[in-house]
Amino acid sequence: MHWLNFTGSVLLQSVISATPLLYAAAGEILVQRSGMVNVGLEGMMLGGAFAASLTAYYTHSTLAGLLAALLAGIVLAMLLGLFTLKIPADQIVIGVVLNLLVLGITGTLYRLLFTQHRLITVQMPLYFHKSLPLLTPCVAPCMLLVGWVLYKTRLGLALRACGENPESAGAAGIRVNLIRFCMLLWGGCMAGMAGAFLSIGNGSAFAENMSAGRGFIALAVVTAGRWTPGGCTLAALIFGFAGVLNFEGQAIGLGARYRALLAHMHLLDAAKHFNLAHIPYNLFLALPYAATLFLLMGTSRSTAAPAALGRPYRRN
Amino acid sequence: MKLLKRLGKALLLLSAYPCGLIALLWFTFVLFHIPPGPALHAYKNGALGGGNFNTFYSLSETLVEATPLLLTGLSIVVAWQAGMFSIGGEGQLLMGALTAMSLAWLVHYLPAPLVTLIMVCASIAAGALWGGAAGWLRVKFNVQEVISTIMLNYLALYLVGAAVQGPLQERSRSGPESDLLPDKLLFAHLLPPAVTGGMIARLHTGVLIALAAVPVVWLYLYRTRQGFALRLTGSNSNAARCAGYSVSKTRLQAMLFSGALCGLAGSVQLLGVASRLDQGFSPGWGYSAIPVALMGGLAPGGTLLSALFFGALTAGANNAERLASVPAEVVNIVQAAAVLAVVGIHAWQNRAQLHAGE
Repeated sequence: MHWLNFTGSVLLQSVISATPLLYAAAGEILVQRSGMVNVGLEGMMLGGAFAASLTAYYTHSTLAGLLAALLAGIVLAMLLGLFTLKIPADQIVIGVVLNLLVLGITGTLYRLLFTQHRLITVQMPLYFHKSLPLLTPCVAPCMLLVGWVLYKTRLGLALRACGENPESAGAAGIRVNLIRFCMLLWGGCMAGMAGAFLSIGNGSAFAENMSAGRGFIALAVVTAGRWTPGGCTLAALIFGFAGVLNFEGQAIGLGARYRALLAHMHLLDAAKHFNLAHIPYNLFLALPYAATLFLLMGTSRSTAAPAALGRPYRRN
Repeated sequence: MKLLKRLGKALLLLSAYPCGLIALLWFTFVLFHIPPGPALHAYKNGALGGGNFNTFYSLSETLVEATPLLLTGLSIVVAWQAGMFSIGGEGQLLMGALTAMSLAWLVHYLPAPLVTLIMVCASIAAGALWGGAAGWLRVKFNVQEVISTIMLNYLALYLVGAAVQGPLQERSRSGPESDLLPDKLLFAHLLPPAVTGGMIARLHTGVLIALAAVPVVWLYLYRTRQGFALRLTGSNSNAARCAGYSVSKTRLQAMLFSGALCGLAGSVQLLGVASRLDQGFSPGWGYSAIPVALMGGLAPGGTLLSALFFGALTAGANNAERLASVPAEVVNIVQAAAVLAVVGIHAWQNRAQLHAGE
């Protein structure tokens, strides 16, 4: 029974830890299927997290915070769209710069407004003995919606055409850049949701750079998940699992086992000499990133990527 | 005539960039309700001297702050010119610093200057390894370098964390940081206090190393076969393939070189400024490198100039944060906005030319 509980809790924690990745991936699937790469995902998440936290702080309403996060994501997506579709500059360059811009804006505002105290707010409701955040189950309909749009609607057909062969799509009368722009807005929305989950959905405080590379992991999730909702869900759950190993490792007393193993191998003194007699928990924190690399190594060679990914389209 | 034209263009850029940056800075202050007058004054004093600051002292601060930006910026130039959108400067820099730090114990057995040399060389190797890893993942497994370099950044960050809470932790085992390196290993300070009015200026030998890297990168990119192959691969990989160059090899080479420069930046910062390692070792030089390189037009000389601009901006920001409590993060906004402006204008011009050609 104990083990059953333990497994359940690991699964639940994995799903919670995967939630922001699932939201961000739900947006990015459609963005990439329409032929864009949104490297600014990280910045959109951070912007959403900050907007949600700040709004919730001043209005004491998590709903207002959530809406602010969506709005922040949309505004940033519009900026990205302006530069990559209208002008058009390189998508990767603009995405990278967008991340820096958001990092600067959130950092500056945070330091200016919260000099003495931290940004701690009300939190969205939790269910099941205060263990399941409201936003976690809400990601399922989003992902299903993405699948439905992608495979069952005319819009999905059109946007996949934009991603595979924008010139043909344009010749067939599809407004390629309009579709790409709309998908970017959806991507911004979802990235904002992911950010809101981090700052008010699953916690109640904002920290500088709190997205901590999750936007990039979400990009990896989309690649590893072969640009399909099902694949991405699976990939995100794997990363979520890697993310909780740290806490669960502590819960099952991995530290004691580690020391016992060292003692068994007569290495305890040597380990103490090198200050390694405790588990270096930083290495656990590195696990999701290492897992990302390994998963990408295994999945990146196939040709499932949209053929026109990252290529700008200009109407003749 | 052509030379005159180029000179005129260079002068225009040289005056337009600082003016643009100051205007952006002023605009940012106004936007965030920071009184722009005193803040700009604090920036100027910190970067160029004046007020309580000796000119040499402030200029030394500018150069010291420009150094890591220059080395990481050059690294971005090498990688991006090869068409590898590496964002991995941060991780490569940290690996360089970590490797250098972990060799400091050699000082008990070898003469100090030799150990310093070994540390610098090892940091270059470690950076090259970390950059090369991303290159290898790309050419062997087709893993996009945009993602893999970021993952490698976080791996490096947590490796540093594990090291400074493990084998490299200070002898008292209290904080998550390493011991201070012994003075005899560190780079020499170049300015005697007599010149700087009694203040200890941080200008160190590493600044010269960084400056020397500029012609090296320029020669590599524009005067060697490999450099030609690298630029050709970046602008048109199919053409490079047809011309008989191995695209994979060139990309790998570019990532190795790019990583080496960042690794060097790691040991230069360690031996010249920080003299100890902790998780906050880098305030994000590897990421700021991208605006620096882009503002420099992805060219070595331009990167030198933009590193100096942003170095001055950072030195000013440090001073403003101390004196007027203006958050130093403002620099990030100015950098990003400047790049958006430059890239936007550039792309817009290209588009206008395309339209004119039709």
